[in-house]
Amino acid sequence: MGARWRFALAVVVLAALMTGPFLLTGAMVWADASEEARDALRALAERWLPLGGVTTVAGFALGIALLSRLFRHYVQGLLRMAEGLDVLRRANPGFRVPEEGPREVVTLAQAINRLADERDRLLAELDTRVREARHAVEEERNRLAALMAQLAEAVIVCNAEGRILLYNEAARRLAQSFGDSATVAASGWIGLGRSIHALLDPDLVAHVFESLEVMLEQGEVRPSMQVVTATPAGALVRVRVSPIAGEAAKEQISGYVLMLEDVTDQIEREASRNELLFELTEGNRAAIANIRLAAEMLHLPDVDEAMRARFRAVIAREVEAVSTRLDVASRAFADALRARWPLEPMRGADLLHAAAAYLKRRLDVVLELEILDEELWFEADHFSLLQALAFLAGRLVEDYGVPMLRLRLSGDDRLVYLDLVWSGGSLSNEIVTGWELEPLGLGGTRSPLTLRDVLDRHGAAMWFDREKARHRAFVRLALPRKQSVRLPPSATPAVPALEEGRPEFYDFDLFAWSDKATALEDRSLAELSYTVFDTETTGLDPSGGDEIIQIGATRIVNGRLLKHESFEQLIDPRRPLDPASIAVHHITPEMLEGQPTIEEVLPAFHRFAQDTVLVAHNAAFDMRFLQLKEEKLGVRFDQPVLDTLLLAAFLLPNQEHSLEALAHYFGVRVLGRHTALGDALVTAEIFLKMIPLLAEKGVVTLRQAREASQQTYYARLRY
Amino acid sequence: MTKKILVVDDEENILISLEFLLQRAGYDVAVAHDGDEALAQAERFAPDLILLDVMMPKKDGYEVCRLLRQDPRHEACKIVLLTAKGRDIDRAKGLAQGADDYLTKPFSTKELLEHVERLLAPGTV
Repeated sequence: MGARWRFALAVVVLAALMTGPFLLTGAMVWADASEEARDALRALAERWLPLGGVTTVAGFALGIALLSRLFRHYVQGLLRMAEGLDVLRRANPGFRVPEEGPREVVTLAQAINRLADERDRLLAELDTRVREARHAVEEERNRLAALMAQLAEAVIVCNAEGRILLYNEAARRLAQSFGDSATVAASGWIGLGRSIHALLDPDLVAHVFESLEVMLEQGEVRPSMQVVTATPAGALVRVRVSPIAGEAAKEQISGYVLMLEDVTDQIEREASRNELLFELTEGNRAAIANIRLAAEMLHLPDVDEAMRARFRAVIAREVEAVSTRLDVASRAFADALRARWPLEPMRGADLLHAAAAYLKRRLDVVLELEILDEELWFEADHFSLLQALAFLAGRLVEDYGVPMLRLRLSGDDRLVYLDLVWSGGSLSNEIVTGWELEPLGLGGTRSPLTLRDVLDRHGAAMWFDREKARHRAFVRLALPRKQSVRLPPSATPAVPALEEGRPEFYDFDLFAWSDKATALEDRSLAELSYTVFDTETTGLDPSGGDEIIQIGATRIVNGRLLKHESFEQLIDPRRPLDPASIAVHHITPEMLEGQPTIEEVLPAFHRFAQDTVLVAHNAAFDMRFLQLKEEKLGVRFDQPVLDTLLLAAFLLPNQEHSLEALAHYFGVRVLGRHTALGDALVTAEIFLKMIPLLAEKGVVTLRQAREASQQTYYARLRY
Repeated sequence: MTKKILVVDDEENILISLEFLLQRAGYDVAVAHDGDEALAQAERFAPDLILLDVMMPKKDGYEVCRLLRQDPRHEACKIVLLTAKGRDIDRAKGLAQGADDYLTKPFSTKELLEHVERLLAPGTV
C-alpha cells in the first residue's frame, strides 16, 4: 500500500474518530429521551446544528491540515531522503541529501550527509593508496623491463602456453635475422601475445617445457635446459630455458625465461679451431712416425751408406712437411684471433689510463701521462692495442734501458696519436720497423699476434721520430680518428620514457592469459588480439587488375596498441599506377622500384597476422584484394574480420562514418593519413575507443560484434 | 719356414723404413701403396701378417680389413692396423673391423717388432 493511500485511510479514520463518539452519544441520548425531551432536543438541534457542523468541519479540516503537514514532512521527507541515498550510493557520489523539514528530519539528513562525506574521504584515500601502490609496481616493472632491454643477450619471457609477454631489443634483432628474405619487412616472428612457436620448433619447445616440468617434479631447485636449434634462415641459435615458478605452490610453472644466442659464428670458429688442433696433433703423427722409424734405422750398425742416405732423405722431407704444417696452423690461429676481436669505439684517454695501470704492474719504469685532448675517439680492440703499447714500452725499457716514459695522447682532425716519449734518442726507424714483425708479449707472455697484425687490424701506422729541441724521442702509433662518437647506435629508439606509459615490449598481465579456455567467438572483444591493417592500391577494382602497392598493419594485444610491432611494406605491383590514385596515396612509381612483389609480401603479412582477428576500415575492400591472391599464393586469411565502418554504423547511426569523421568524433589524432600504416594506426585507436561503447550496448563478445555489424544498413547494402 | 709380411701404406717414407726393418728381422716382406694393391698382393703373396695403414686414398684401411676378413682364405692372416688416429674410439672401430692389433703412430721399431713377433708366435690364434 502506497504512502498516499495510507494517508487517505488515516483521514477516514480521523473523521470517524472525531464524529463517531459525538454521534453515538447523541443517538444514545435520543433513544433514551421521552417524546417531550425529543422535541426540545430537536428544537435545540435545529438551532445549534449548523454551528456544531461548521466547528466540526473546521476542526476536522484543521486536523487534516496538521496530519498532511506531518505526512509531508516526516513520511514523504524520509522517502525523498531514501531516494537521495540511492542516488548518492549508485550514480552520483557527490550528491547530498537536502537538509530541510522538521528538526528531527534535518538532524537525520545531517547525519547521513556526514556519513557520505566520511565515505568519500575513505574512498579517496583508498584510491590514492591504490594509485600509489600501482605506480610503484609499474615503475619497478618498467625499470626491470628497461634493464632487460639494454641486455646484450636476447631475452624472451613467455607464459606456460608459450605466449610471449616480454622480449628485449636483442631478441627482436635476433628474431629479425630468422627470416630467409632480407627485403620483406622482417616482422611477425616476435611480438607480445605471439606464440614462441613462430620462432622455435613447437616439438622442441614442448620437449624442453616437459623436461623442465619433470625436473621440477623430481625436486631440482633451479632447473634449466639448453638446446641448439637451426632457424629457417639456417643460423644456429642456442636457447637456454628456465622455468618461472608459479605463485601458488600447486601451480608449478607459470612461464619460462628464454635466453637466445646466435652461435653460428661461434660454432664455425670452434670447428675451425678444432680442425687446427687436429692438424697440429693427429696430422703430425704420421710424419713423426716416419721420422722416428727412419732415425732408428740410422742407429742400426749394419746399414750401408746408400740405405743411410735414403733414411736421411726421409727425415729431411718429413721435417720439412711438419714445419710447413706448423706455419700454416699458427697463421690460421692468428687469423682466428683477429677475427674474434671486433673493433669498438673507445676514448683515447681511457686507453692511456688503462695502459698506464697495466705497465706499472709489469715494468720497472717511471710513467707519466700527457693527455692533450680528452675527447679523442677511435675504433679499437682494447686488449690487443694495450698489448701493442706494452710491447713497445717493454722494448724501450728492457732493451734500451729507458728509465722514464711519457704516454702522450694528441690528435688532429683525422688522426689520433698515441706516443711513447722518452728523453735521449739512440733508436732508428729500421729498428722500430723490425719490431713490427715480432710477436707481441711482455714479461713471459706470448701472443701469436705481431705488432703488424695489430696495426693492420686498426688501420694504424707506427714510426719513430725525434723532438730535437727538447732532446726527446718518441715512437708514435697513429690511428684513424672517429668523429662524433656516442655509444654504438641501437637499431630502434631506446625504451620510451617512463612518463609515456608502459613500454610496449612487455605485458606481465599475459602470464594468466589463455586462449584455450573459450572458443574465439565467445571471447570478449577487450581480450582478443587484433591485426589492424590498411592497404593502398593502384585503383579501386581488384578483379579488374588493380593491385596492392602497400600494406600497413599494427597490433592490439590485451587492449593495448603495440605501435612498435608494426608492419609496413611497399609492393611492386608490376603494372602502372593510376594517376588519380597517386593523388590519394602519394606513392610514386619510383618508390616502388626494387620493392618486393606481392608473392613475397603476402606470406610475410600472413605470418604477421596469424592467430589474430583482422580489423580494417571498410574491410570488405581490403579483404577482396587479399582474397583474390589467396589461391595463387597458397595462404588463407581465414581468421575473423571486423570492420570499423560497420561497427560505427551500429554505434553511431546518425554520424558520418569516414575514417576522418570517426577520428574527429573519438578525438584520435591523425598523423600520416593515407599511408597504409598511418591509416591502420588511426583505425586501431578508433577501434579501441569503440570497445567500451559497444559493451554499453550489450556487444561484448566477438560473435556479438559480428552480429551487430551484420545488422547495419551497410551490411545489407554491401554483403 | 720364413713368415711373410705385407706392409700397406700410401707413404713411401714409411715403407722404406718398415721394409728394411722387417727384412732385417728375417721376414719375407712385400709392400703395397693403396687398398686395391693390398688386396691383390694378399691374394698373390698370401702373407701371414699384414701391417695396414688406415688413412689411405681410395679404399681406407678399415675397408681393406673388412674385405680381407670376409674372404675365408685369409682367415689365418693377422692384421695390424697402423694409424695416426690416437683416439680410443678409432681403436675400437679398428678392432671391430676384424683387426688383430692396433698401433698408433708414431711407434718405435722395438714396439713394432714386439707386436709382430707376438702375433706370429706359434700357438697364437
